[in-house]
Amino acid sequence: MSLQLSAEEEGLLAGAAGPGAAMALRIVSEAARLLGAPRLLPVASAHIDGCLYHGDSGVAFAERLAGLGARVAVPTTTNVGALDLLRPENVRLDPHRRAMALRLMRAHEAVGCRPTWTCAPYQAGHRPACGTDVAWGESNAVAFVNSVLGARTNRYGDFLDLCCAITGRAPDSGLHRPEHRRATLLVDVTALPPRLVAEPAFYPVFGAWYGQAVGQAVGAIAGLPKDVGEDELKAFAAAAASTGAVALFHVIGRTPEAPDAEAAFGGQPPDAVLRPDARSLAAQRAGLSTASPEGNRVDAVAVGSPHLSAGEFDRLLALFAGRRSRLPFYACTGRHTLAALEQGGRRPALDEAGITVVADTCVVVTPVLRGMSGVLMTNSGKFAHYAPGNTGYAALFGSLSDCVETAVAGRLYRDESLWS
Amino acid sequence: MELRGEELLPGAASGALLVLDAPLSFWGGVDPGSGRITQVRHPQVGQTIAGTILALPATIGSSSSSSVLLELIAGGRAPAALVLRDVDAILLLGAVVARELGWAAPPALRIEAAGWDRLVTGRHAALDGGRLVVDRS
Repeated sequence: MSLQLSAEEEGLLAGAAGPGAAMALRIVSEAARLLGAPRLLPVASAHIDGCLYHGDSGVAFAERLAGLGARVAVPTTTNVGALDLLRPENVRLDPHRRAMALRLMRAHEAVGCRPTWTCAPYQAGHRPACGTDVAWGESNAVAFVNSVLGARTNRYGDFLDLCCAITGRAPDSGLHRPEHRRATLLVDVTALPPRLVAEPAFYPVFGAWYGQAVGQAVGAIAGLPKDVGEDELKAFAAAAASTGAVALFHVIGRTPEAPDAEAAFGGQPPDAVLRPDARSLAAQRAGLSTASPEGNRVDAVAVGSPHLSAGEFDRLLALFAGRRSRLPFYACTGRHTLAALEQGGRRPALDEAGITVVADTCVVVTPVLRGMSGVLMTNSGKFAHYAPGNTGYAALFGSLSDCVETAVAGRLYRDESLWS
Repeated sequence: MELRGEELLPGAASGALLVLDAPLSFWGGVDPGSGRITQVRHPQVGQTIAGTILALPATIGSSSSSSVLLELIAGGRAPAALVLRDVDAILLLGAVVARELGWAAPPALRIEAAGWDRLVTGRHAALDGGRLVVDRS
């Protein structure tokens, strides 16, 4: 099967929209050829993960496109960079890396990306309609936009995401095709205790379990409350995409492609049924921690992967209840939420609680934590997964309430009653 | 001995074969500065992929693998050629982008599973178009 381009696409290749767009279309076409896609399809929006600095070669790529006059053809948001542009002192990078990370972020602005610098663009107003094709990067955002919003994207990695944004095209393959979006596995949690399913900390733990158990298959989950919140689904999606490359899941009765089991499975029986019990989830929760809880030592607390919403900040401040953290406490978020906090007059309360707000980036992608070792407590399944490898810190997983009580006490506190 | 396969990225190269014994994640698994395998639980951790005819039975699909391959190419520490069993479009995109930037990038060839037992680490091999010629000893 060979790739067929439309007349308009042939025109782009010939330079109708300039040499930058031609370069981007050559790269999208090469990706389509390697994927075996028969054609390209138009995309309505893009979210770019390639703005995080990995090395100088990536800067050369983005600056080449910008220098050739490329502009994004569709609304495009940016994922985190390696710098906090609002409070540069939050990030400790050497001068060369700092300069190159900034050039990379500026090159993305130069091609017309909206500088959102957030891994939760879907909470920063970037919400494509159900059924539309989009080209998104960043694993948690891909899982959320596919599953919770019902838009259609594959996991677009570095370089391809930006080229799709510039051309407004993506290879017609994978999850853009309805037949690949049907669930084949049923994950049934109806037998779990309702108070466990009602606890926000259940969702990252269940997500980590789901990613390992389901991997790249499409699963449909039965037994979650029909009003389960977006922040809970966000935490689930991020953890599942960290442990298992999950790009699409359905929650029966909650997500748009799964109003009922019939719709989720396309009228066919599931290939397999998985029923995690409370014990296997407790084991998964234990596995999210790599530090020994003995001695109750904790050196820092980090929350906000994916980036905290305004609602999550409200909950955080309510849990602090006027008390102050004795440990370094990092809350990662996007500038969209930061602006809302400042307008709502909540910024002083965060300062009084001793919370360091990190915007535009996060603690596992760039050096924010002090030193190269220690124990980091988090309520994020994604932070727990990546912190040991990326920061040198061992991870301890707990609920948001556990994180706050630990921060106030200056030593580990966890409520085990839900999990025992 | 000659193996034929699907030419994924055109070109010619030769070097010593390095056949990976386990899947490798380039992101977090290969040092982009040196080309050394750093994936802690990988059986070939510590070996370098720079300059080899690298045969990958499988990769782990991190979406930043393309960035690591591009960085290896920019620093002259990339494999001389890639031999794959399955197409990994994310990894190969790093080589596609390198060519766009005018940098010499490794060719890539896909070989059916049946031919893999004839690939032996350390043997000299030459890749040209859709052919891979492996020395007998």
